[in-house]
Amino acid sequence: MELVKGITAGNIRSIARAVSIIENNMEGKEELLDELHPHTGNAVVWGITGPPGAGKSTLADKLIQKERDRGKKVAVIAVDPSSPFTGGSLLGDRLRMQTHATDPGVFIRSMASRGHLGGISTAAFDAVKIFDAAGYDTIMVETIGVGQTEVEIIELSDIVMLVLVPGMGDEIQAMKAGVMEIGDIFVINKSDREGAERLKAEVEYVLMISEKPEESPQKTICMTSARDNTGIEELYEILQSKYKEDLESGFLTEKRKRRLTKELSNLFYIKTREFLEEQLSVQAQMDSWIEGIYKKEIKPYKFISEKMKELTKEYVKG
Amino acid sequence: MERKTRIEIAKPGLDGHDRGAKYIARALKDAGYEVIYTGIRQTPESIVATAIQEDVDFVGLSLLSGAHNELFPRVVELLKAEGADDIIVFGGGVIPEEDVESLTKKGIQAIFRPGTPISAVIDFIESKKKTTAA
Amino acid sequence: MQESIKNRKMEWEESVLNKVLQKFPERRETFTTGSDKPVERLYLPEEETKGDYLEKIGFPGEYPYTRGVQPTMYRGRLWTMRQYAGFGTAEESNERYKYLLDQGQTGLSIAFDLPTQIGYDSDDPVSMGEVGKVGVAIDSLKDMEILFSGIPLDKVSTSMTINAPAAVLLAMYIAVAEKQGVTRDKIRGTIQNDILKEYIARGTYIFPPAPSMRLINNIFEFCSKEVPKWNTISISGYHIREAGSTAVQEIAFTIADGIEYVRNAIKTGLDVDQFAGRLSFFFNAHNDLFEEVAKYRAARRIWARIMKEKFSARKEKSMMMRFHTQTAGSTLTAQQPDNNVIRVTIQTLAAVLGGTQSLHTNSKDEALALPTEDSVRVALRTQQIVAHESGAANTVDPLAGSYFIEQMTDEIEKEALEYIEKIEKMGGMVRAIEAGYVQKEIQDSAYRYQKAVEKGERIVVGVNKFTVEEAEPKGLLKVDPALREVQIKKIKEIKESRDGSSVESSLTALKKGAADESVNLMPLILDAVHAYATLGEITHVLREEFGEYRESIVL
Repeated sequence: MELVKGITAGNIRSIARAVSIIENNMEGKEELLDELHPHTGNAVVWGITGPPGAGKSTLADKLIQKERDRGKKVAVIAVDPSSPFTGGSLLGDRLRMQTHATDPGVFIRSMASRGHLGGISTAAFDAVKIFDAAGYDTIMVETIGVGQTEVEIIELSDIVMLVLVPGMGDEIQAMKAGVMEIGDIFVINKSDREGAERLKAEVEYVLMISEKPEESPQKTICMTSARDNTGIEELYEILQSKYKEDLESGFLTEKRKRRLTKELSNLFYIKTREFLEEQLSVQAQMDSWIEGIYKKEIKPYKFISEKMKELTKEYVKG
Repeated sequence: MERKTRIEIAKPGLDGHDRGAKYIARALKDAGYEVIYTGIRQTPESIVATAIQEDVDFVGLSLLSGAHNELFPRVVELLKAEGADDIIVFGGGVIPEEDVESLTKKGIQAIFRPGTPISAVIDFIESKKKTTAA
Repeated sequence: MQESIKNRKMEWEESVLNKVLQKFPERRETFTTGSDKPVERLYLPEEETKGDYLEKIGFPGEYPYTRGVQPTMYRGRLWTMRQYAGFGTAEESNERYKYLLDQGQTGLSIAFDLPTQIGYDSDDPVSMGEVGKVGVAIDSLKDMEILFSGIPLDKVSTSMTINAPAAVLLAMYIAVAEKQGVTRDKIRGTIQNDILKEYIARGTYIFPPAPSMRLINNIFEFCSKEVPKWNTISISGYHIREAGSTAVQEIAFTIADGIEYVRNAIKTGLDVDQFAGRLSFFFNAHNDLFEEVAKYRAARRIWARIMKEKFSARKEKSMMMRFHTQTAGSTLTAQQPDNNVIRVTIQTLAAVLGGTQSLHTNSKDEALALPTEDSVRVALRTQQIVAHESGAANTVDPLAGSYFIEQMTDEIEKEALEYIEKIEKMGGMVRAIEAGYVQKEIQDSAYRYQKAVEKGERIVVGVNKFTVEEAEPKGLLKVDPALREVQIKKIKEIKESRDGSSVESSLTALKKGAADESVNLMPLILDAVHAYATLGEITHVLREEFGEYRESIVL
């Protein structure tokens, strides 16, 4: 496949095209991902999430610089919500990373969380595979940590940074149920602001009372002010040592396998659903079934079991 | 699934008057497109790099300082040099009518001058957009 | 007339008016209408209706200055007619200034090109296409010397639209004046120097807020001692409005900017009355005549009260909001450009009826290109007709007491104060900008307005109604694209002829000073300017030390 060659050779245009193909679920997507699979597994994936205005993009911008200083190639996938009404979206996250726009070692791609089949998480992680295969050492995935979809995306990262800012105490209370659990590193950004220490104390408290499995690694809190470039060095160190630890302890391998499990089962669901939707789309057939059930001639559960057996045979036949 | 049309809206040059660019960006979002907004003070190089990474179908340039004759064609040139001249470039801002022809000749496919309704921009995009996979 | 008003009038005449009349007599013995009916200086209500006339509206030249900052207003002296101009090289702009002064203009207003405004020399790669386009290109003191050659700087007042590198351009101006033999204490003028609205609306910022605010304080302090007649800042709502804000947002955000500057200067140890009298403002004049008049009146009242109550200013001057006005560029249409003359006339009336201290009127062709000499003359004539023929300048605050105007003034004041309070609660303007709040509010207003125009709910004559097929006017002003080469050559010559070691030592000293927050950078910048260090070189040193600001917008 020509495109695969381009991607593995690091051709920018090929990579960009490939991301469009998976985003739009276009012809050739599955073959492309299968062909790329052997080339993946070398990149580290960082998730960055947090509420709007927390400074995620600015933080990503500084971390890109750190990685570039060490000669690493970096890709960023910035996910923004699209309008539920028009399907359109205004993607502005890369604005804060634009100084890296012309650096050949940096690839920034904006993605809208539009109605992807299987959700944006599938699309984002298919994109991760493309960048991985293209030789990017570090891939950052940035999302607004608000909804279930975002949590899903972030869960798929090797290391998750949850970015918080002072002055959002209520949000912490609201977040502790779900989002707090997914963070590996809690970044308290804009730490020059009033309330930073209090926020830190609150996070510490929430972490202390939250139950966690024995074997999971320690969570860390890091104070930064991304705008002024303070605390970035420390955060970067934490990222490095955490990666090393998780790799050595086998935690990362386990996490990645969990990710694969999730991905695979997700694919099963998608495939099954696609197939079922196609089968059920024959209206006349459906009408006759409904008629039977309505007139009490058909027992619904028995009918389903038999039908499933039939459909499975159908599926095998292709 | 239909391929979503992606549009980069950028301000080359040094002027900070982004009222028009922001309006267009927002209006195109409301029209259902995916808009990538890069902000002010973009060099032709960064605009082109962005267009390629984001795999956009269109690049819309907004400029009010009068530097359009230098900067708009430069974007087209760089796209060509990158083998990305299938990306369609259009522009807007304070641009005298007498400059429109030479800009068009240099590959800027449409110039929207002050007072153009957004529907004209949408009509242009609809008439030019790719309908199938690239 | 009610006793209370009559008594206060007598007090005002005694304590405010007569003092001014002694020093500055009115332009004429008597003022009359076009049909020779006498026109009085000031018209007052017969009686207090709501009982708050004296407190809320009062007398001109007296707190809270609702009716104007001077007791005689334009009967004493007309507003300064100041056309913003500048393009191409210093030589070309110098010619335009001399022409404007010949035509009866009373002050200069310098427009700089974008590289100058952002601290880049003409030979910097990012300057491509921009040199000399929206204003004059200034790379070194040499250009500034040419710009003002043959213009006596003790005779004119000069306004410079420069913000991020304001300290450098002011230093150049001082240096040119001194070379002409005019000492620092004699020069008069204004630098815009308003960085906050650059972050909000105009975009020609360089450094982050903290070092930018320090530079502003350095200028305040330096000028209060060395350049006492210089207006050290022009806190600008103009560009906020151009970016699409409402009238309320224009004054609210401008005053919130003002509060931030005052608070900052006080924090560094300056006394409020030491600098506040040199603060000036800059507003937009739009088409809605009455709303605009109410806006200016409300702005004056709000500022006076804030200065007195919040900052405990004692000097009258510190409480007076003096402002420059420019007609609204965003209302000009590329279609049927002659119509713009009428728009500008209405806007001129708004500014004059609102009590502006100086005015720039836009030229009809500015939606298409830089204005030609002919269209600049018509714009200036518009002001002169309003000044000398309309009668609007013959009495103070002519619209006061109109039910509509007074109520509108109250409403605008109330809504503006709500915004100001909200921004204060966010921790002040710098915070509100960093959060993208102000930008987003403006952006939303701009979007609403544009949608209304698109839908035809708002009529713009010649654009969405009463349109005609037309050919564009010929003879628009073109800036020579080869101009950059001319500037680059000049820079090369300067760099060859100047004393390299004094450039180096002055820049090293500047860098050292920049690293120490307690140092006032003005004298160091002056040294560098004198050594013919270029604007780009000086700014570069500061960029290295201060870093650069990146836009924070919320889409």
